[in-house]
Amino acid sequence: MSAILSDTMMRRLNIVIGGEAGQGLITVGNALTKSLVQAGYYVVATQSYQSRIRGGHNTFAIRVSDGEIVAPQEPIDILVALNAETLSLHKAALSDQGVIVADAALNLEGDEARLLAAPFDELGSKRAANVTALGIVCSLIGLDRELVLRTLADSVASKHPELTEQNQQALEEAFAWASDRVSPIQKLPVLGGPPRRMMMNGNEAIAMGALSAGLRFCSFYPMTPSTSINLAVISHARHMGVIVEQAEDEIAAINMAVGASFAGAPSMAATSGGGFALMTEAVSLAGQTETPIVVVVAQRPGPATGLPTRTEQGDLEFVLHGGHGEFPRAIFAPGTVKECFHLTRKAFELAEKYQGPMFVLTDQFLADSYRAVPPFEVEDLAPVRPGVEESEVSFPYRRFALTEDGVSPRLIPGATEHLVVVDSDEHTEDGRLTENLAVRRQMVEKRLRKHQGLLAETIAPDWAGDANCEVLLVSWGSTKGSVSEAASTLQLRGKRVATLHFSQVWPMVSEHFLGYLEDAEHVVSVEGNALGQFARLIRRETGFEIPSHVRRYDGLPITPEYILKNLDGQE
Amino acid sequence: MVSTADFGDYETAWCPGCGNFSILDAVKKALVKKQLQPHEVLFVSGIGQAAKAPLYLNANIFDGLHGRSLPVATGAKLVNPRLTVVVESGDGCNYGEGGNHFLAAIRRNPDITVLVHDNQVYGLTKGQASPTSQIGFVTKAQPDGVQAEPFNPIAVAVAMRAGFVARGFSGMADHLVDLIVQAIDHEGFSLVDILQPCVSFNRVNTFAWYKKRCYTVGDDYDSTDWSAAMKRAHEWGDRIPLGVIYKRDLPAFGKGFPSVVESTEIPKRVKDCLMTYL
Repeated sequence: MSAILSDTMMRRLNIVIGGEAGQGLITVGNALTKSLVQAGYYVVATQSYQSRIRGGHNTFAIRVSDGEIVAPQEPIDILVALNAETLSLHKAALSDQGVIVADAALNLEGDEARLLAAPFDELGSKRAANVTALGIVCSLIGLDRELVLRTLADSVASKHPELTEQNQQALEEAFAWASDRVSPIQKLPVLGGPPRRMMMNGNEAIAMGALSAGLRFCSFYPMTPSTSINLAVISHARHMGVIVEQAEDEIAAINMAVGASFAGAPSMAATSGGGFALMTEAVSLAGQTETPIVVVVAQRPGPATGLPTRTEQGDLEFVLHGGHGEFPRAIFAPGTVKECFHLTRKAFELAEKYQGPMFVLTDQFLADSYRAVPPFEVEDLAPVRPGVEESEVSFPYRRFALTEDGVSPRLIPGATEHLVVVDSDEHTEDGRLTENLAVRRQMVEKRLRKHQGLLAETIAPDWAGDANCEVLLVSWGSTKGSVSEAASTLQLRGKRVATLHFSQVWPMVSEHFLGYLEDAEHVVSVEGNALGQFARLIRRETGFEIPSHVRRYDGLPITPEYILKNLDGQE
Repeated sequence: MVSTADFGDYETAWCPGCGNFSILDAVKKALVKKQLQPHEVLFVSGIGQAAKAPLYLNANIFDGLHGRSLPVATGAKLVNPRLTVVVESGDGCNYGEGGNHFLAAIRRNPDITVLVHDNQVYGLTKGQASPTSQIGFVTKAQPDGVQAEPFNPIAVAVAMRAGFVARGFSGMADHLVDLIVQAIDHEGFSLVDILQPCVSFNRVNTFAWYKKRCYTVGDDYDSTDWSAAMKRAHEWGDRIPLGVIYKRDLPAFGKGFPSVVESTEIPKRVKDCLMTYL
């Protein structure tokens, strides 16, 4: 059991860059995040964007600290306003020491001590406004200029090599300008011999987990916020020997993956709610034909198209039940970038071992959230082995032989002289269609026996905090960091508090956690949806009704501040 | 030597007189001609009376969802190229429910053979119109007759310049065997649309109806001539052309795809990838 994070004397800053799409916000957000990670700081970067390529209002928020942080933060210490709208939208969120960095030409009104209005046109070209802002911020927080130059060049050089010189000049001018300013922002402490950490978001970690598990085939139809999983796989596909295909629709994507898996390739289909809706028939097909497949669902708010670029935990019940008929499944809901890696691997292992669809349920917040992560220890992580050897089967070979644990020996077609026959219809042990109702009953029971194996391998939820707690916060998936930080704040306020966090939401083993629920004086569920889907699942499985809740469904991530504000009067 | 007996002899669920019997027989004969052993072949089918055909064969079989055979076959072929992959299903499965996959598969050009039993009616669900039913065709579901234009699979495939487009008839067995062999030989997507009577639900397009109209394109027909192929593709009514309507060579999908990395090598390569995030 890990302890709740202790709030020590860590220095923390929350930097928010706001502007229109097309203003180069992501370029400088990435360069700043990378510089901070390379300088040895912890970061939690959160992207909030609209479903458009130009215009609108987007933010790239980077919370940085010299100690471990695991959640985003709402109060803003440095607000970079690339347009006037950013200031009006986020002014109220400025912290007590908060400053605004903006182009003097925007003629923003504000307290002189708080508003750093720089003559952007004198410091660099109009096209380099984003870089000018970056230079000012980096100078204010005390980042090494050479480091920032390097990371900026890395992120721009591949796409716009012609801008390198212009950017370098703008950055240097901005550094020089800002070094003469007095600001209430304390510089970050310089860390000696910074540890090597990766800058990685949740979706990249899912892709890496899949590759580590031996992913060989991946097919997809583009859909925010899942697309970057597939793009990350594509960026490593040649080196890792992975075949990736953009399909004509999500139905084709998952059916291709099922076909590839049947033919011997560990396969994945990553999508979001609407795409998963199209995939459900083939999820059921994988259940019936006992074909291993990993399906990743990166949630965004629905129904229908909903808020395409925002976050929500609204598809838990959908993924739990998606697919007609009864068949076993496991659903992982990572809470950190590291868990995205390891739980995706685990999903592949279970898919192969129990021969069916296994799920990774993430959301836009975690998908796009960059963190500083130590490189994963991968040397001893073996990929899954698809199917069994010929020596492991008996003659005559029966693909769906009835076994005690429900798992039948899976041969790969063409690998041996045995014939591999599978049918989406109910089938006999040798895989051929049957309407023998006694066989039907045996096959249902065989498939469902695999649930017992999945139960035995279920990851218990993480419990942390005060054994004699007056408040127990129950959460799942991407809210892990925010719940943990909210709990540590409550602890500082003298509350006896504990957290119970689920990174696997199905199957559910009540012995793992029911005692915690029953022993707590008060239980509050925290989740990113309107109906309390996880709380309902707990009640269905255990009979325990969680009396209070904090729920968010406005498209934004659950933050520690949001939890604390909504807990008031509930504890 | 592989013989038809190697592909088995199963009791079927089809009506006596169904065109499926002769198609099943032609498929076996084609596999024997190709000297393919059962374990070297993967049949992928969907749902329908035609889609049951592979289940009456000894081979590797993936009998999946209605309309979804093509993506399953594509995925299987890409990762397991040594398998001879054959899709066998009906007109409803491939041209109706799976219509989008049909277009995408032609564009992609995977090295698979697609055999479509085309009887212009839905048999499994008892006699509704199919995508290839003719205008005016009366069924219980279309009591006033079909209103929509029939889908012309040959014309669509030729228009898209698919690599191998052929039409056969269940009543011309030897000709059909030869078409299937050629289709398997063709490297890339190959379509054989196979006309067949449905003795239970199609009283219009009967065996005699087809027999009267079907003719084979002669030896002087140039199947590489696209304009000529488009013309034949639209010939329907009094005369229905059979044979290889259109053919062209183009690289099959999957050439140049990354080859498998040895499993013992994977951890090291994953580490290489992780280094790019530092």
